Amino acid sequence: MNAILTIAGKEISDGMRNRWVLGATLLLAGLAFALTFLGSAPTGELGVKPLAVVVVSLASLTIFLMPLIALLISYDAIVGEVERGCMLLLLTYPVTRRQIMLGKFIGHVAILAIATVIGYGGAGVALAFGDNGDAQSWQAFATLIASSILLGAAFVALATWISASVRERGTAAGISIGLWLGFVLIYDVALMGLLVASKGWISDQVFPWLLLANPADIYRLLNLTAFENVRKFSGMAGLSEQAHFAPASLVVALLVWIAVPLVLANRTFARKES
Amino acid sequence: MNAMGKIVMPELETTAIAARGLGRHYGSHRAVDGLDFTLDAGTTLALIGHNGAGKTTLMKLILGLIRPTVGHLKVLGVEPAKASLEHRKQIGFLPENVAFHDELTGTQTLRYYAKLKQAPLQQCDDLLERVGLSFAAGRRVKTYSKGMRQRLGLAQALLGEPRLLLLDEPTTGLDPASRAEFFQIMHELSDRGATVIISSHILTELEAKTDLVAIMNTGHLAAFGPLDMLRREADLPVRITVATPHGIGKVLPPLEDLVQRSVAAEDGHSLQLFVHVEDKLAALARLTSLGDAVADLDIARPGLDEIYRHFSPEAAKRAGDAA
Repeated sequence: MNAILTIAGKEISDGMRNRWVLGATLLLAGLAFALTFLGSAPTGELGVKPLAVVVVSLASLTIFLMPLIALLISYDAIVGEVERGCMLLLLTYPVTRRQIMLGKFIGHVAILAIATVIGYGGAGVALAFGDNGDAQSWQAFATLIASSILLGAAFVALATWISASVRERGTAAGISIGLWLGFVLIYDVALMGLLVASKGWISDQVFPWLLLANPADIYRLLNLTAFENVRKFSGMAGLSEQAHFAPASLVVALLVWIAVPLVLANRTFARKES
Repeated sequence: MNAMGKIVMPELETTAIAARGLGRHYGSHRAVDGLDFTLDAGTTLALIGHNGAGKTTLMKLILGLIRPTVGHLKVLGVEPAKASLEHRKQIGFLPENVAFHDELTGTQTLRYYAKLKQAPLQQCDDLLERVGLSFAAGRRVKTYSKGMRQRLGLAQALLGEPRLLLLDEPTTGLDPASRAEFFQIMHELSDRGATVIISSHILTELEAKTDLVAIMNTGHLAAFGPLDMLRREADLPVRITVATPHGIGKVLPPLEDLVQRSVAAEDGHSLQLFVHVEDKLAALARLTSLGDAVADLDIARPGLDEIYRHFSPEAAKRAGDAA
């Protein structure tokens, strides 16, 4: 356990040193503040938008950004150390491979958590000074922060698995970009195309499960359909009737998307020859 | 947890490493094959071999990073690939081309490794002092020279007072003074009972500073023993260089029966005689009896490189290719 924390601590301080923490925090904070205060400027309307609208816009942007940041932080977690030549030495220490992998995972998720809590939380605090937002909207905002970290963790786990599987950093980077494009951009378009082309072949029974096959879609469902007053603004009313998962089961689905890649990463890394 | 691991048999204490028919094959490629040797605790071993001879593979086997495909290996009484994490605390390793995170300072790097090895953090400052890095302890590793990184690597390997120390080509790229300090530290450790294995592809670089020498050639152990024993086994001739101001004609004939081979300089004023070790004194006696036909003489025992090449034809071939 101690070794995991030592390695996680090292990853976090590395993240501070090479500005990953700062960069991600500023990016998320910038977006959150922009969406909160400037979002309606083009329509000539200035001022703070209702909290529920902020949640919808932030969630939609997080789906693009969070997986990208997570993949960029973690894709070289293992293969990078191997390539630099640090891994050989580390493996001769009284540390197991699982500890190395978990330490890196926890460290990277902590970096994302720091950035999300400060970035989005800061915007939330600013919003709290205005008088908008009922209890339910605040609950939705808290869910947004927590589930964003889970979404990040799922992609950190995926990136760690990629990193344990390949021999070169470049390969890991390429697969990571492909994964991002696949899950964040192509999957939904492909799914939509499939729905149209199949003309009802894909029944209402199957469709919701296809959404669970993509962590980004689980995140979308969780944030845009779980709360009544968010749903209003999200344009997901129709979808939420079809994909009627309880928020708790969506959270479990995200946790599965974290656990499974981690287990696979652990297995791949354990079998790798040094 | 392995309760048996805590009971150390007394006779195992004296043996640091025991290899029996040890091999590591990758398909048809035999990186290491049929190694048999025993290394007593507290000895220093020089592991010599050309690139690709199997030195690093053997080190990885000893470290437990890879498993043997044939044979048996015991390190400090246990099979390294199945050893507990506790076992690894007793081993220090300096990899070839050691790499550290550039952004950390020397002290930060060493403290990180000390935490992972569960070694007392107070050791860090002492170790930096011992390897002569105190002056740069607060500087980032990216400002370090190759030699300084190597010293930091050594400090890292010394964390937790290891009983077995493996140094993979540690002196490559070091200046002679640093190299001497390296051997100084190695001897201090050996005096305290630690076993040290140091590898190199050049025997002369190690300056015969170890108790034992192992020469590896294409995965096999070509020779293993104290340097003097290898010298005897190789049975290489002694080279006597004679200054012959009046030409070689007065010198060579009287020694004809003792000399294995001779090389004369073009001007005839100098002659190299190769004689068997046992004939050395007889040859010298005759040379000194030749009066002013011999102005000066110089005796050279077979050098480390010659011994190495004798046992490692592969290395000799490569040296030939390079020339």
